[in-house]
Amino acid sequence: MSNSGGQSTGLARIASTFARARAEGRAALMPYFTLGYPDAATSRQIVRAIAAAGADLIELGVPFSDPLADGPTIQHATQVALDGGITPTHCLVLTSRLRADGVTQPLLLMGYINPILAYGVERFVTDATAVGADGFIVPDLPPEEAGALEAACRTHGRALVYLLAPTSTPERVTTIAARTSGFLYLVSLAGVTGARDALPVDLSGFVERARAAAHCPVAVGFGISTPEQARAVGRIADGVIVGSALINTVTTAADPAAAAAHFVRDLRAALAPTPSR
Amino acid sequence: MSQRISEHVPSLHSGQALSGAERCSRSVVEGSASQRVSRLASQQVTQYPIPNTQYPIPTTISPLPAKFGPYGGQFVPETLMPALAELEAAYLALRSDPAFLAELDDLQRTYVGRPTPLSHARRLTAHLGGAQVYLKREDLAHSGAHKINNALGQALLARAMGKRRIIAETGAGQHGVASATAAALLGLECVVYMGRVDMARQQPNVLRMQLLGAEVRPVDSGSRTLKDAINEAIRDWVANVGDTYYLLGSALGPHPYPTMVRDFQSVIGIEARAQILAQAGRLPDACIACVGGGSNAIGLFHAFRDDPCVRLIGVEAAGKGLDSGLHAARFSGPRVRGGRPGVLHGAYTYVLQDEDGQIAATHSISAGLDYAAVGPEHAHLRDLGRAGYTAATDDQALAAFQLLSRIEGIIPALESSHAVAEAIRLAPELAADQILLVNLSGRGDKDLDTVMQALEGRK
Ligand SMILES: Cc1ncc(COP(=O)(O)O)c(C=O)c1O
Repeated sequence: MSNSGGQSTGLARIASTFARARAEGRAALMPYFTLGYPDAATSRQIVRAIAAAGADLIELGVPFSDPLADGPTIQHATQVALDGGITPTHCLVLTSRLRADGVTQPLLLMGYINPILAYGVERFVTDATAVGADGFIVPDLPPEEAGALEAACRTHGRALVYLLAPTSTPERVTTIAARTSGFLYLVSLAGVTGARDALPVDLSGFVERARAAAHCPVAVGFGISTPEQARAVGRIADGVIVGSALINTVTTAADPAAAAAHFVRDLRAALAPTPSR
Repeated sequence: MSQRISEHVPSLHSGQALSGAERCSRSVVEGSASQRVSRLASQQVTQYPIPNTQYPIPTTISPLPAKFGPYGGQFVPETLMPALAELEAAYLALRSDPAFLAELDDLQRTYVGRPTPLSHARRLTAHLGGAQVYLKREDLAHSGAHKINNALGQALLARAMGKRRIIAETGAGQHGVASATAAALLGLECVVYMGRVDMARQQPNVLRMQLLGAEVRPVDSGSRTLKDAINEAIRDWVANVGDTYYLLGSALGPHPYPTMVRDFQSVIGIEARAQILAQAGRLPDACIACVGGGSNAIGLFHAFRDDPCVRLIGVEAAGKGLDSGLHAARFSGPRVRGGRPGVLHGAYTYVLQDEDGQIAATHSISAGLDYAAVGPEHAHLRDLGRAGYTAATDDQALAAFQLLSRIEGIIPALESSHAVAEAIRLAPELAADQILLVNLSGRGDKDLDTVMQALEGRK
């Protein structure tokens, strides 16, 4: 595959993916799924199905024993994956298998900092690049602490995506928007991950503030649960991230991969531009 | 005690002026000092080489230093970064506010019962046949442990910040009780997260928290102990950061907690230092404290940090033995699957973890020491060699618990019993003119069930 491995930079692949979605008049769809849930082989099938069903980019969760930014759904998926023996090394192997399976979308590894420290920051970025990962999202690593990872990502042309929260001060919005690469990840609400019934009321103001400061696409995640919510967010943001709701769908399904594909297809359809009448 | 408690917090950072009699050199010159020093030197706790970390930590721009050497920092979700900055600013302002310090001072005296006594454990000393053992009696502080020093300080801070809701985590339940106590005193709402395993083994403290008006929320994730209670408290804080104050109970977590908690606990060492000078006429040869997150230890150590002849000894939980895999010894555990630098709960510090960076399960008979990470300032003190860290097993702690109860009429907390165990080990190796100052961080009423069960199990 020409787009596995590091020839084209992850940054360029992410940028062109957002640009393509924008040219189609819609936001990019970015599902999140925990690697190793409910087991390694099934998670591989699920991600493959998500990719075939219309995901534009995919976040691959790297399980950590103490996911303090995550709500019950991802905590549970993480625990099941860890109980099944998944390690960061397995996650990299799974990533390479997904590339071998023909998954061409940008892949972002999402995980906490301690396993990356244990693996070795530079080595992790090198190996992740080699297996075809395009970037990293590390929710417990604010830019103040991210020097080493940021440097390694720059060397390897990978994205290090920073998060903004509704609580971020104007100064932080400015500096984080300037330092993020790939895209800017807006945490829609003050809280942990998890499906929610409604979107926060002040979301559009937050997106506007972030967009005014950003030099790159702006994606919104945390709490987006239904195609209707995805459509609403897609009207104001460049990217829509759905994690816990997808995992919930898989958890209750007899055929996890088929259920995941079905849900992603619905999300993607909701993002399609409404034909003007 | 001539020093007002209100002087304690700021004095930490300005450094205290010492009179000649208080200086370390004075006590070293006295008696068989050179002998003492060489004897102590030969007993230095084993120091391991500093592990390689591939992670150069940049400095956080912040009014108070966010790091102790490479340790500490703020590894938290973005949602909390502004809250930590707000907390730091509020703490900085209050720390030098005379009205705040006067109120804290007044409460420490008239509510907590400070200064707590320093007791010369004469029968224990005679029994051990070596160094004189003195006990700093934090077990006599209101609510039964040193935890109230920090809880009260932070609850006053919360009130000053206009936060009506306090959340806290607890392991042994002592910090939960202290937080519930401070919240009741100041009329604040209080929610305490506690692992289901800890709720079972510290049942009396669950009932106390409830009587004090706090809501105790059981935590069923992970190992259902202190680590998981902190995860849950952080998740609550992330979701309710606007109106909620997170009252963290030990000298751990993201900056500014390790500094702030240490400041509020440093009253222990400031009092103890003055008391030992008054009672024994000299500084101790060693200060000994148990180390869970590290707050009672850092609170004792801090006043002695510039007294080079005073050894600082932290005692971790060796659980069922350092080679059993069932312990909470971050520093003194085995190199394989032992503690090494990493990130847990917002700080870069020594963490018990597996080779993949997953946080290890820990074990201790004492809920308060049963934790995978340690306060970052201890990591720094250890690397500097200024403090040494050793460990006591469940059995050694139990034996110390029983001995102190019978021989001194003091029932210590199981956490504190680890410090007593180290004194029991060390005192006979020292001369009768040497002094060990042990922090008795809490009382043992909460542990009666655990102790009875452990003793039953042996029969
Ligand atoms: C009596 C007592 N001592 C010690 C500890 C350990 O905490 P730290 O290391 O912060 O003093 C606890 C914690 O619950 C405790 O209750």
